[in-house]
Amino acid sequence: MALALAGCATPSSRDLVVLLPDKDGKVGTLIVQNQKGSTVLNTAYATARTARDGGVERGMASQSEIKEVFGSAIAAQPPRPILFTLYFESGSDEFTEQSKQEVKRLLAEMARRQASDITVIGHTDLVGPDPSNDALSLQRAGRVKSMLVGMGVPAERILTAGRGRREPLIPTANGVIEPRNRRVEVSVR
Amino acid sequence: MLSTRPVVIRRLLLACACAILPVSAWANDIAQFKVAKGAVHLERSGQRLPARVGTPLQATDTVVTGADGSAGIAFVDNSLLSVGPNSVLAIERYTFNSTTHEGTFESSLRKGTLAVVSGKIAKQSPDAMKVKIPSSILGVRGTEFLVRAGD
Repeated sequence: MALALAGCATPSSRDLVVLLPDKDGKVGTLIVQNQKGSTVLNTAYATARTARDGGVERGMASQSEIKEVFGSAIAAQPPRPILFTLYFESGSDEFTEQSKQEVKRLLAEMARRQASDITVIGHTDLVGPDPSNDALSLQRAGRVKSMLVGMGVPAERILTAGRGRREPLIPTANGVIEPRNRRVEVSVR
Repeated sequence: MLSTRPVVIRRLLLACACAILPVSAWANDIAQFKVAKGAVHLERSGQRLPARVGTPLQATDTVVTGADGSAGIAFVDNSLLSVGPNSVLAIERYTFNSTTHEGTFESSLRKGTLAVVSGKIAKQSPDAMKVKIPSSILGVRGTEFLVRAGD
């Protein structure tokens, strides 16, 4: 009786936080901070129920509770962004044969999504300093944007970004020419 | 002559605003609705705006859903936020540098339910993304989680 009552005591008046595994099964970390301190959640389905007086109760969420409380929010999640990687023929403005096919898949993915928008992200290899690589990577992204606009993608659906040398696909030593790092990625949302 | 001048100026200003608006609107856009079901609207500087699939969001917008409403939003850093019925989600601060991936993302769930998949901002800087709920503040070190604001 006491247990049942305790279980029923203001079940929805507390805030509830549930940590989920991501699509690959990896689990991140949440830090729940209130006036009495902080609670770390770092295991799948770990919960914290927190009251405004600073009380925290830890636990685990069941699938049925997740569905009951969060079903609508989860059903409204936008589709996950998808990344397409494009390469140019060396020293030219033409995509490689493989990348031409990838562009077709990218356009099909945009058409499949509701109100899709994209970020075109240029990357360089690890030759040269940051500032010039930033400019070069943004130039590459701009070139791809123009090509996509030419294929009918509305310009206002395209953002461009230059990541410079910060995110090499193939890690190399400084100064190494690596064509696979000179690429443009398109993130479709 | 004098009386027509303000009209001309106003028309000129309007023409300028129209010419500039698409660009500046894009520059301020931080996200877009990808899903909008039932009653969903935005509050922006005291104004109530309808929210549909494709509607852009700006930093400091508040998303409100009715009893039959739910909405899914994709941010430019690839963070995904979605809210269930009877929810109030305020975007309090959003900045994102697409070159360095540095930024800040602070939102506040005042009512209802929220599902989050964090994006590039949280990945780059562990303390950059925060979600406030009535009782506490969540520091987000990645990646997927659910939040309900108590009554």
